[in-house]
Amino acid sequence: MRNTAKRIYVALIILFLYAPIGTLMVLSFNASKTRAKWGGFTFKWYIELFQNEEILRALFNTMLIALLSALAATVIGTVACIAMTGMKRRTKSIMMGITNIPMLNAEIVTGISLMLLYISLGIKFGIGTILLSHITFNIPYVILSVMPRMKQLNPSTYEAALDLGASHLTAFFKVVLPDLLPGILSGFLMAFTMSLDDFIITHFTKGVGVDTLSTKIYTEVKKGIKPEMYALSTLIFVAVLTLLLLINLSPDKKTS
Amino acid sequence: MKSKNKWLSAPYMLWSVVFIIIPLGMILYYGLTDKTGAFTLNNIIAITTAGHAKALRLSILLSLISTLVCFLLGYPLAMILANMKAGRHNFIILIFILPMWMNFLLRTLAWQTLLEKNGVINNVLTFLNLPALKIINTPAAIVLGMVYNFLPFMILPLYNALSKIDRNVINAAHDLGADSVYTFIRIILPLSVPGIISGVTMVFVPALTTFVISALLGGSKLLLIGDVIEQEFTRTSNWHLGSGLSIVLMVFIIINMVLSAVFDKDGEGSML
Amino acid sequence: MNKRLSHIVSISVILALTSTSFLTGCGSSDNGKNGQVIVYNWGEYIDPETLEMFEEETGIKVIYDEYETNESMYPKVESGAVAYDIACPSDYMISRMIQNGMLAEINYDNIPNAKLNIGAQYYDQSKEFDPENKYSIPYCWGTVGILYNKTMVDEPITKWAQLWDEKYTDNILMQDSVRDAFMVAEKLNGFSMNTLDTDELAVAMNSLIKQKPIVQAYVVDQVRDKMIGGEAAIGVIYSGEAIYTQQENPDLVYVIPEEGTNVWIDSWVILKNAPNMENAEKFIDFMCREDIALKNFEYITYSTPNTAARELIEDDAIRNSKIAFPDLSQYDNLETFVYLGEDGDEIYNELWKEVKAY
Repeated sequence: MRNTAKRIYVALIILFLYAPIGTLMVLSFNASKTRAKWGGFTFKWYIELFQNEEILRALFNTMLIALLSALAATVIGTVACIAMTGMKRRTKSIMMGITNIPMLNAEIVTGISLMLLYISLGIKFGIGTILLSHITFNIPYVILSVMPRMKQLNPSTYEAALDLGASHLTAFFKVVLPDLLPGILSGFLMAFTMSLDDFIITHFTKGVGVDTLSTKIYTEVKKGIKPEMYALSTLIFVAVLTLLLLINLSPDKKTS
Repeated sequence: MKSKNKWLSAPYMLWSVVFIIIPLGMILYYGLTDKTGAFTLNNIIAITTAGHAKALRLSILLSLISTLVCFLLGYPLAMILANMKAGRHNFIILIFILPMWMNFLLRTLAWQTLLEKNGVINNVLTFLNLPALKIINTPAAIVLGMVYNFLPFMILPLYNALSKIDRNVINAAHDLGADSVYTFIRIILPLSVPGIISGVTMVFVPALTTFVISALLGGSKLLLIGDVIEQEFTRTSNWHLGSGLSIVLMVFIIINMVLSAVFDKDGEGSML
Repeated sequence: MNKRLSHIVSISVILALTSTSFLTGCGSSDNGKNGQVIVYNWGEYIDPETLEMFEEETGIKVIYDEYETNESMYPKVESGAVAYDIACPSDYMISRMIQNGMLAEINYDNIPNAKLNIGAQYYDQSKEFDPENKYSIPYCWGTVGILYNKTMVDEPITKWAQLWDEKYTDNILMQDSVRDAFMVAEKLNGFSMNTLDTDELAVAMNSLIKQKPIVQAYVVDQVRDKMIGGEAAIGVIYSGEAIYTQQENPDLVYVIPEEGTNVWIDSWVILKNAPNMENAEKFIDFMCREDIALKNFEYITYSTPNTAARELIEDDAIRNSKIAFPDLSQYDNLETFVYLGEDGDEIYNELWKEVKAY
């Protein structure tokens, strides 16, 4: 009885989180271009999607930027966490406060201030500037997920490795890194997600002709979102979810 | 490993100075000068004008309500999840992150389709002969949008904090005669404070500066402080005022820093 | 389920997605044999085929970039973050860019189609923001009017004043932008929509405040979908959307209100210091060719000022449509927005904030 209630509760929250996504999926099969009217069932947006070079290029840019910025943020963030454990409490709090700024500041403020920075440094706007910006707002998510793992580390294992003759690097890669890995990977995922979804900062720091899915979607607003975007969202979602479910649900018993 | 690693902080320190501190300095410069470049506090004091003050009050109110709703919805959920099988940790995280892989604007527009007078939910309700839901273009719809958008940021740190609580502590409390309510109040709740702080911050502060949600779901009938800042930058091109107002909002970042320093000494209340 | 395995899975999902997009997304990035031209235009505001045709015919590579509002375009151009050749701003933004010396004078000798095909009345209308037609060549134009659902109103809607009628409470969609909203209130009270008169502005603001309780929502681009879906009875909308919305929902009617309204024009401009001036001229000339203008009209459905292209429209109903091509000489109370200067903008914004915060 109590378990049923719990299950229903979890299911309701998940329904709440996934209702709009279900709506998007339904709209991707809507023959009418407007979201306000059902015009019959169609696959045509999926066909058009794969003929639309611009959307596919934007998808490519989005994925590339998300992957690279998440990777870079993960490396920088992890190194920063290791460094911060050795700091005095006050220095550390200040560092953490600074870390939080890009996460908590209004995005438009971050976007415009970064644009001003690149102009004053004379950096050419392009994929590079988007990458730098995304790395900047991704780092806090990495630090926030690696930090607690850092706390749980037992420093003596590292020192033991050193005593047993391992070099600092070997000790780090063989002893410290494996313990940090879950936090690092979670941070990477979170960073990847935040990068995928960003619009405002990308808009102000992108170069000419470089589009991500977000910037494409926002420029479409004036004339109406193209249903190809719903189709693309559906495909991404279904692909990710199927893979996750397949691997998470089937061979469960053995390993857990 | 402590002292030897000091040089490791160099890359990130450098990064923060170039990409966080210097841009922040530029915003400070804009916020503290007028169009002629002369020093002024007017852009900061502007928060006290009737319109801005009301926008700030409304934003704080709606963000507080959203944070509270997120907390009330998220806490029981996080408790249920924390008691589930340990191996599912990553799967659970992914389930709550995955919706964010769909574009934010598309998701918010989808809520419009769901909530409108002739929207999906009302069609279902009419079909079931139930009274229609009149929520679109009201403050309630803004709260719903905020809760929807920021709920994962509440659930994840709570889940993280709760799943770290040692089961033995709870069992010991039960053995010593504490009932569930007492155990919850005296043991579980205090131990999850870092998660609460982190969750509350990650919901409250972004909700404070949001603007798309109030436009799309609230029908733009309420002016929120995020709308004002956004308009000053993009519509009016008054970067000075926009910067001044966002400096005011940074007060909340400082409050957050203080809170985390006081309650969350060990950085336990993290996202994941 | 092993933790690490699930992580590896999630990472590989990401990698798989990235690599598929790699395969599909890697297109050609070669430069045209005759150089390039960098165009900054509204989103979805051109038929992509015409860009390909231009590249084929001229050997000039088009680098195409899009924005969603005049206001998000302006700081990017002004900051010089990217050196664009061509942009397509609206009237008041053009006068702002002229005032701030951001535009290059147009040499009509190099753009013969501009004088040949674009109707003289549109150049006349442009004089309100570009007094000597020195900087801009009209690309799209239209009016702002009332779109209403005839099944949801008792009598035909013909004037702005009906947007203050309490029987339509919660059934009115207003535009969520300063100038458009004030235009409605100013025309209602018989003022110019470019007024800076303090008393007139106070009256207009009070009208908007009075109207606020009966307004369902202030929206920008959502008017279209909401009107098609029957969410509201009356909406303020750009004429370019009217034909499309009527196709989707035949109950909708578009009118130009009796009190007068805004004639807006989006025009091609060449930016000062455009790196590829010659190619920019060729591009604009190409876009003014009647067959190309027709293609673009059919794609974006906003009225074209290209009279030669209009003659080529096959559908009589559209060619002679009073919505798409109203006869401007019939009205004496139509106006076009001009830039009011930083101070003027600030006055409007303060008043608009008061309306929104009320």
